[in-house]
Amino acid sequence: MRRKRPSMLKRFGVLVAVVAVIGLLVLAWYGTRPGPFAFANTKTVALDQYNGHPTGVPADFKDTDPIARGRYLTEAADCKSCHTTEGGKPFAGGRAFKLPFGTLYSPNITPDRDTGIGAWTDAEFLKAVHQGVDREGERLYPAFPYAAYTYLTDADVLAIKGYLATIAPIAHTPPKNTLAFPFNQRWLMAIWSGLFNPNDRFRPASDKSPEWNRGAYLAEALAHCGDCHTPRNLLQALDNKQKFAGGDAEGWRAYNITADANAGVGTWSDEDLANYLANGHAAGRGTASGPMAEAVNLSFVRLTPGDIHAMVAYLRTVPAIESSGLPSPKNVAASTDPKQGVAAEFEHGKLIFAGACASCHDWSGVSPLSTEATLTGTRAVNDPTATNIAQVILHGTEWKVGTDSIAMPAFGAAYDDREIAAVANYVTARFGAKASSISAGDVRKLREMQ
Amino acid sequence: MTEALIERTPHSASRRAFLKTGAAATGGVLLFGFRMPFAGAAGDKPSAAFAPNAFIRIDRQGVVTLIMPQVEMGQGVYTAVAMILAEELDANWDKVTLEHAPPSDKLYGNPVFGIQVTGNSNSIRAFWTPLRKAGASVRAMLVEAAARRWKVEPTTCRAENGEVIDASGSRKLAYGDLIDDASRIEPPKDPTLKPVSEFKLIGKPLKRLDTPDKVNGKAMYGIDVLPPGVKFATLMACPVFGGKVAHVDDTAAKAVPGVRQIVVLDDLVAVVGDHMWAAKQGLAALDVSWDEGANAAISSADVWAQIRAASEKTGVVAKTAGDAAHALTQGERLDAAYEVPFLAHATMEPMNCTVHVRQGECEVWVGSQVIARAQSAAAKLTGFPLEKVIVHNHLIGGGFGRRLEVDMVEKAVRIAQKVDSPVKVVWTREEDIRHDVYRPVYRDVLSASVADGRIVGWSYRITGSSIIARWLPPAFTKGIDIDSIDSAADIPYDIPNLNVEYQRDEPPAVPTGFWRGVGPNNNVFAIESFIDELAKKVGKDPVAFRRDILTKNPRLLAAVNLAAEKSGWGTPLPPRVGRGIAAQVAFASFIATVVEVGVDEDGEITLRRVVSAVDTGIAVNPDTIVAQLQGGIIFGLTAALYGEITIDKGRVQQSNFHDYRMLRINQVPSIEVHLIASGEAPGGIGETGTTAGPPALGNAIYAATGVRLRRLPIDRTALATRKPT
Amino acid sequence: MITLNINGESKDVDAPADMPLLWVLRDLLGLTGTKFGCGIAQCGACTVHIDGAPVRSCLLPVGSIGQRKVTTIEAVGATPAGAKVQRAWLDLEVIQCGYCQSGQIMSAAALLTSKPSPDDADIDAAMAGNICRCGTYVRIREAIKQAAKSA
Ligand code: FES
Ligand code: FES
Repeated sequence: MRRKRPSMLKRFGVLVAVVAVIGLLVLAWYGTRPGPFAFANTKTVALDQYNGHPTGVPADFKDTDPIARGRYLTEAADCKSCHTTEGGKPFAGGRAFKLPFGTLYSPNITPDRDTGIGAWTDAEFLKAVHQGVDREGERLYPAFPYAAYTYLTDADVLAIKGYLATIAPIAHTPPKNTLAFPFNQRWLMAIWSGLFNPNDRFRPASDKSPEWNRGAYLAEALAHCGDCHTPRNLLQALDNKQKFAGGDAEGWRAYNITADANAGVGTWSDEDLANYLANGHAAGRGTASGPMAEAVNLSFVRLTPGDIHAMVAYLRTVPAIESSGLPSPKNVAASTDPKQGVAAEFEHGKLIFAGACASCHDWSGVSPLSTEATLTGTRAVNDPTATNIAQVILHGTEWKVGTDSIAMPAFGAAYDDREIAAVANYVTARFGAKASSISAGDVRKLREMQ
Repeated sequence: MTEALIERTPHSASRRAFLKTGAAATGGVLLFGFRMPFAGAAGDKPSAAFAPNAFIRIDRQGVVTLIMPQVEMGQGVYTAVAMILAEELDANWDKVTLEHAPPSDKLYGNPVFGIQVTGNSNSIRAFWTPLRKAGASVRAMLVEAAARRWKVEPTTCRAENGEVIDASGSRKLAYGDLIDDASRIEPPKDPTLKPVSEFKLIGKPLKRLDTPDKVNGKAMYGIDVLPPGVKFATLMACPVFGGKVAHVDDTAAKAVPGVRQIVVLDDLVAVVGDHMWAAKQGLAALDVSWDEGANAAISSADVWAQIRAASEKTGVVAKTAGDAAHALTQGERLDAAYEVPFLAHATMEPMNCTVHVRQGECEVWVGSQVIARAQSAAAKLTGFPLEKVIVHNHLIGGGFGRRLEVDMVEKAVRIAQKVDSPVKVVWTREEDIRHDVYRPVYRDVLSASVADGRIVGWSYRITGSSIIARWLPPAFTKGIDIDSIDSAADIPYDIPNLNVEYQRDEPPAVPTGFWRGVGPNNNVFAIESFIDELAKKVGKDPVAFRRDILTKNPRLLAAVNLAAEKSGWGTPLPPRVGRGIAAQVAFASFIATVVEVGVDEDGEITLRRVVSAVDTGIAVNPDTIVAQLQGGIIFGLTAALYGEITIDKGRVQQSNFHDYRMLRINQVPSIEVHLIASGEAPGGIGETGTTAGPPALGNAIYAATGVRLRRLPIDRTALATRKPT
Repeated sequence: MITLNINGESKDVDAPADMPLLWVLRDLLGLTGTKFGCGIAQCGACTVHIDGAPVRSCLLPVGSIGQRKVTTIEAVGATPAGAKVQRAWLDLEVIQCGYCQSGQIMSAAALLTSKPSPDDADIDAAMAGNICRCGTYVRIREAIKQAAKSA
């Protein structure tokens, strides 16, 4: 005991120091920090002042059953992907989120009374979703996007709760978080919240169309696009000055989705965007993989065409922001002749590509098997970091719409870091606008993030 | 139910003629039998044929039908067996027809194993004399028949090209005309065999008889049969070894178009449909929960912990000479342990079997290395007598030991018992890899002492699973597995004091089976790597060191010398390029192999060249031997570079070629095989290359990098000189 | 009903559009020369020609083929390149178990059609997608070169 005291004092000292510094730093520019809707600078009104239909289920949603409506919103908010482990029971939690300073595990949100949220009152649930505070008063980590969900109406949050109450209760206690000090100090999140969670509900823009407002509600409150696609500041809060200019998700790059013609989706047609969201694929643009594939498979495929178009309409109004280092995608196919094109430094990558990749992707990059497997014109092969290419090679990907599906297997187990780096660099060099130079070390880091 | 495998019409000219006419599509000169003998339409046995023994049948047209006791899986055995029979029979090579043997241990049992099995590179070795006698005795009967007709002494007549010719050479009788008389003649007890000098076919690089139908899609493998009314099924056994089905929800599966039936057995589920696609989709849609059972927690770490512990205990002595314990205290001593992983067979043709269980009878179509076992397995499961179980064997799309098992037959029969039509059960590649019988993990503990450049003391302990104990129990005696010690107990080097031990240790959960190269694979890798280490220890060149201790083995010494010469052993090489040699006596063949590799600073390996020198005794078909060496070496190098099956939560983690990797053509160098002429009885060849590759590779990597790898597969990261940036 | 042009004949098949061509050939049309090896475009055993180009039929939805000409191993011998390749395969005794060889021959024939005299690099690029478990690669390389030379 005795011997402990000094170290505890020391700890406390450190803690105070850290908090103070962080607090000051952040407060310095907090005032200037824009919210997610700031870019549009519109006049907003209270929900009931606005006659349109921005919240809840879409206006044309026929089913009157409250459970069906709750389900629609639960899917639009994509709760399942974070609260389900691979091969685990839906919503039973335990999915790991690896952060530089430890690992977070999502909680069980099935109606199990002991290990899930079966015993939660409406007020408790609202407080968690809007403010990031659980029923024990514990602060939740912002990996749970309550800074976005806070814009949800009470009615919608409770509709989600209503639906969750109907799924199979699973008794399952996820592992404990393994965060290092000081990040394991949950109360610190109170400061974070104070700074970054506006804790107010969605206010429609009176000078915008009902479609835009619906899109805004879907994209910001439910789908929380910004959590991946908007870069973060040093305290892991969204930097909306760079809204949708590109961020990352579990080691994958979430690309720039602003109107920028080179780095963003400025040259995509509305149809491209709608297809990509609704089907995870837009011809000549690419196929969703990694976390985006999950968002599509679990969430966007369930949205009505009206809602998809509303999101597109909203997305269209987000101002262009350049991203240095993301060239405009090369849209011409490579030569069908393996000898044409890429230089000798890529021999090793070529050797692997010839054996494991060419059968499906072809030497031209245009797949003879399925358009979903075509590389030409996709953002990933036109990303000189080759991050997402390496991720897809390591972990594979599956595209599935209805009974249609095509999968790429995970090569990570049998091909080493050097080989994956070599083939990734070959692929960007052969099919992309700018060759990458990802290293074996980079690939190893990507492995470690999983 | 005989199936004509390969028929040649009487007017058949040579194969060249056929090739010139290029009449592949129409069959041209070569007619391929393979008329599927579905029940009813079975057989094409000519009436009144002369069938003096189980291997030969001659009809009135003089067509000689040779019945193949061993199955063709690419090793060229059908051609070699036919050559031996036709040689002694003096048959007209262009008139021979081949048939798969029906199941019968009695008639076609491998003389070495006593059962009808193709394996252990034993076909030619075991059947060499019996086949020659079979041919010679029929020849004698035909000659006798002709002699009687001509009223002359048989000794004055000779046989040639399907005819008997008298002394003057003026009178000739074709075999076809002699079959009635011949059938009344008593087969000679001990027919005289031809002297090697008179061989006309044996030793010639004759064209394979099975290949013409393999270039045009006509060849029939088990997976290709389509009996009338056949349905298609694919299956999934519990991913955890030994687990059972707990609950199945088949609502979604039944909704898949083309799905006809869901079969749920205690340990597996199968979906039957109008085609494989429906079956596959149905299986994917099946919601199965498993009772994973006792093995659900087993991992590779457990497997290795167990065998490492076992390998430290004293085993059963398999061979001992002099005083090894004392000798090990003399000279310079070296100790090492080598480890090899589980391996899957991954035959190119995935496991499959087609079965029709009918009223009181069962028909099976399969490609099997143990066709009689396939029959009895089906009989046991159905409760039908053997004669009510009709089994058709087929060409095999890769055996490598996998088809020495009958699990694919048993599963198919169990499924077929629930289906009222013929059902073709095809395993997905994933199922094939996850429910193989695996080449066991082995751990080999070695110690040796060297004095004056020669090995004086040697101790070798093999620890691993005994496949023999399960597969051929009588052969497992006094705690010794004859396969596991093969090429270790009879080490070719001159070592005065040695002690070889065997320690049986069955891995938890994982079923083990024969894998191309069997026991010698493990032993030759450990021994030849260790010999290299000893050479290094006493500062001698690996080839020179071997030469000095091969004094009592001239045939292997000759192979070592030839391989060294042809590979340019000792000539300078660029930095991080090295040559490695491995010498072996395995399956009664004497082989030395030199592999040349380059290893870059990231540890990536480039195969540059392979040279192998082979003395396999009389080379029945030299070209086939070269082919088997080339292929076997690639098979072995693939395993050494990439092969490892790992276990997690009681399941195999690999599933298909993306994570169970194969060497590809753009990684494979030239492979030169030099045959050493010999008059000795033929040795085995099918597995020798697989055994030769890995140690030669390991030794070459050592020569290139100075890093000694005592574990397979090769750990490339250990070879990197620069850490990944 | 889907209508396909296979080996010069028009065939109607009753198959779902997403069904891979491989199973249509093997299970519905009885053209079993095209083999199943992996089902994920990693081995090449299922290679056929679509308008002369090598394609892995195990992942090719039958509904996506339309009017394009399908050629399988059963008919490739009728093409000049195919006949040359088959002849070279037999002359050099390339084949072992033979199970991969339908795919090898289809890939090689397509290569010779697009590149009448391929060098080693061409052969590597065109053939690396075809696994041969028996390890016939050395002879495949020789045979392709011989076929290229043969008139
Ligand atoms: S079966 Fe199509 S590539 Fe393997
Ligand atoms: S010949 Fe057997 S797999 Fe290629």
